[in-house]
Amino acid sequence: MKFGVMVNEGPFTHQASDTAYRFTKAAVEGGHQVPRVFFYFDGVNNGNKLSEPQADDRNLVKLWGELAAAHGIDLVICVAAALRRGMKDEILAEGFRISGLGQLVELGLATDRTVVFGD
Amino acid sequence: MKGERKMLHTVNKSPYERNTLESCLRLAKAGSAILLIEDGVYAAIAGSAAADQVAARTDDFTFHVLGPDIEARGLADKQLIDGVAVVDYTGFVELVAEYDAVQSWL
Repeated sequence: MKFGVMVNEGPFTHQASDTAYRFTKAAVEGGHQVPRVFFYFDGVNNGNKLSEPQADDRNLVKLWGELAAAHGIDLVICVAAALRRGMKDEILAEGFRISGLGQLVELGLATDRTVVFGD
Repeated sequence: MKGERKMLHTVNKSPYERNTLESCLRLAKAGSAILLIEDGVYAAIAGSAAADQVAARTDDFTFHVLGPDIEARGLADKQLIDGVAVVDYTGFVELVAEYDAVQSWL
């Protein structure tokens, strides 16, 4: 089955980014497809390569990139939400790209389920 | 009429912090599944102040709770409300596949 995932919260707010990551990982490892994860609102902070958590903390920016590379997941950050927060191409982590809300609509049409994670 | 579509609802906030569980219980259609995740897992603990609102609806809904989030909160030794099933992330994925749509109460 194909799942679309939407993340509306940053990695250091509460737990939604972690839940989204672990759900996505379980889905692709369980034989399902997650063609794209769409990051909206503070969720765009998941793609900031300048983020440097301490060594004993999980690094979601890196984890998303690795999961995307291993399973061909398109990590899309909403352009309007990104620019508001100073997120530009120059600071975009490996595996992420900036695009528009159309990518979310397309994701909803191309998948069987849309799962939203946020606060 | 086509077969009735069934929905999975996720609740990620504690019933002591927000009223999303209450809204979900009020508006979800009987036959839906409700998955408690993140701080939402506090609503699955038997004998707690919020337990009655879940326990009273086990005939209407199938309740599930995300086990890793119970463990992360040090609640692994607590008794859960009868009728609430524990799932892991694989179980979460299976629920999403099993039901026709997912509503996240945020």
